Amino acid sequence: MDCACGNSEQNKEEYLAPLREVLKNYDGKQKDLIPVLQDTQEEYGYLPAEILAEIAAGLDLPFSRVYGVVTFYSQFHLEPRGENIIRICMGTACHVRGGSKILEKFKDELGIEADETTEDLKFTMESVACIGACGLAPVIMVNDNTHGRLVPDDVPEIIAQYE
Amino acid sequence: MKDSTYRSQVLVCGGTGCVSSGCQEVMDALENELSSNGLADEIKVVQTGCHGFCEKGPLVIVYPKGVFYCQVEPEDVEELVAEHLQNDNIVDRLLYKDPVTEESISNYEEIDFYQKQQRIALANCGHIDPHEIEDYKEQDGYQALKKTLTELEPEEVIDEVKDSGLRGRGGGGFPTGMKWQFARDAQSDKKYVICNADEGDPGAFMDRSLLESDPHRIIEGMVINAYAIGADEGYVYVRAEYPLAIERLQRALDQANEAGVLGENIFDTDFSFELHIKAGAGAFVCGEETALMASIEGERGMPRSRPPFPAQKGLWGEPSNINNVETFANIPDIILKGAEEFSSVGTENSKGTKVFALTGKINNTGLVEVPMGISMKEIIYDIGGGIGDDKEFKAVQIGGPSGGCLPEDKLDLPIDYDSLIEAGAMMGSGGLVVMDEDTCMVDVARFFLNFTQSESCGKCTPCRIGTKRMLQILERITEGEGKEGDIKLLRRLAKNIKSSSLCGLGQTAPNPVLSTLRYFEDEYKAHIYDEECPAGACQALLGAYVIDEEDCVGCTSCVDVCPVDAIEGEKKEVHTIDPEACIVCGSCVDECPTDAIFQE
Repeated sequence: MDCACGNSEQNKEEYLAPLREVLKNYDGKQKDLIPVLQDTQEEYGYLPAEILAEIAAGLDLPFSRVYGVVTFYSQFHLEPRGENIIRICMGTACHVRGGSKILEKFKDELGIEADETTEDLKFTMESVACIGACGLAPVIMVNDNTHGRLVPDDVPEIIAQYE
Repeated sequence: MKDSTYRSQVLVCGGTGCVSSGCQEVMDALENELSSNGLADEIKVVQTGCHGFCEKGPLVIVYPKGVFYCQVEPEDVEELVAEHLQNDNIVDRLLYKDPVTEESISNYEEIDFYQKQQRIALANCGHIDPHEIEDYKEQDGYQALKKTLTELEPEEVIDEVKDSGLRGRGGGGFPTGMKWQFARDAQSDKKYVICNADEGDPGAFMDRSLLESDPHRIIEGMVINAYAIGADEGYVYVRAEYPLAIERLQRALDQANEAGVLGENIFDTDFSFELHIKAGAGAFVCGEETALMASIEGERGMPRSRPPFPAQKGLWGEPSNINNVETFANIPDIILKGAEEFSSVGTENSKGTKVFALTGKINNTGLVEVPMGISMKEIIYDIGGGIGDDKEFKAVQIGGPSGGCLPEDKLDLPIDYDSLIEAGAMMGSGGLVVMDEDTCMVDVARFFLNFTQSESCGKCTPCRIGTKRMLQILERITEGEGKEGDIKLLRRLAKNIKSSSLCGLGQTAPNPVLSTLRYFEDEYKAHIYDEECPAGACQALLGAYVIDEEDCVGCTSCVDVCPVDAIEGEKKEVHTIDPEACIVCGSCVDECPTDAIFQE
């Protein structure tokens, strides 16, 4: 990581400090890779390349192995994410109860496609397979909050709650 | 649940369904109202797990009478406290109303939704506080484990499970007792027990509810399993998408360790068992047992070829037994009440009960547990209250992406593992999604293939490329580009993918296509040869919108909303749509107050 102030070594250490804390909680084995990635993403919001390199070194794994695991699981992200994560359920129950109309409305309102982030980094929108609240279909989650039995007209109000 | 220090208990459902219907606000309002009336010492408010009737949430049950209130809002709380808890008058307007007779029903056991259910795995769900081990213990919790460790030999435990006829509830339906026997017979100093809570099937949420509502039952089942096969360590692999389940399970683990029913020297015997939670990272294929183990080991979740089976070489190469959440939930009852009682319920080859997640175009959505052998008709019409909006039933999808769609003439089929496979579906994890006349079966097949194709891990070619090819064909058909030979090609691809894929994901991925072809081939043909979608769901095949002259009231709502100004009309005059300009976006249909707009 290069920094304009010229003091890149010190900056790098500051940047990596939260990761070092995470690694302290584990034994440094391959089995810890997924929990380490989860905790690290919790700290940084996403998994930048230089962080992945440090994790590989910390767990004594090749970078390719770490990268392979990160790109395999949908929970991990290589790009910065929005402040609020909107997950729109596209599961079976939501599909037959009009989930795609909800997704379309979100696309219109936010001006982004699924799996994209708004320019102001306020919202990231994902379409997900099933969030297991089928009784409330069509349903979405914003961060950890579930909003169910939606009609497209509910969408602007939901977005406003998180703006 | 009973607690003699309080004269009354108010149970508020805290399942995910009710949480998003606002149960937390109701809880808060109740607690405020009680303390401002000086009743906090007499009446206890308890947040329970899921009661199952998600459609009517938030649910509130008031004991000792067991009065069942539904769709309770924070504004109702004042009346509820004043009338019911102070004056002992039931608040009629909050009771469940029978949809036919419109009579109020105060005892939930008399409601249709609950009447035909028989709850073993879900017995405590919605009745106990999942945060308190004492609540579970009051319901004979951990008694089965005590009996196991102090009275039974490991072989006797396995025999009991074998005799019960219990089969795996996660989908495959393999006899649980046999699976345990294989793991017991494997020679090793180290063995593992794993609970598969990676519930990824779209349309299923029973594992989530069980973990959120009765986590100790799962722990008890796992410890009994560990004793039977000789394991000293275990994992519960939970989907990362279920934060509440993980939180409650972690709390339960801590309590169990403290209470001496988990950890070192359980019940003061020399048996010890250590249990960990592992959060998944979002990959459907990890529900497959060998992929799940790879994921625990910190690898990409890709299945391994079998044999060797996990019972010989599982987690870190050691013998392992892996069962689904619901399977473990049945174990304490089998041990405590005996195999005979358990096997008295169900059909010849499918014993006990099954939990289904009832969703889709049905009046009563929710979680139900019914005896094996019940007919689909009873579940959909008696428990589920039939199809909403006066629509016609068309099909029920059972078993998620591995299952199939059954048409109306299969509704009398007694549900068990074998009859479903014969009918071209499978039990799967137990998602039941009801579809009405507006659902296009080709579109449903495309939906599932889209899911399996994107969740295929890519390790084996038949699944990686085969599902992609099938999806491309289905997309073509739903877009009106179907051609002669497509149906034959789909069938051939399906056969090859099923017979040559590495794991269950690929081996069952073609099922939704095969079952819809079996029962709804005409619908495929209508798309391909007549370029029509009989259900009116595939946008590309629909004609232009027209306005019914009789129904149009001339309100100009559609004129205002049309993004391309294709609709003309003055106030109080019938409007018309210019078919050339119309882009078939459907905005006007949503806006029309009299449903006067339809597609030709």
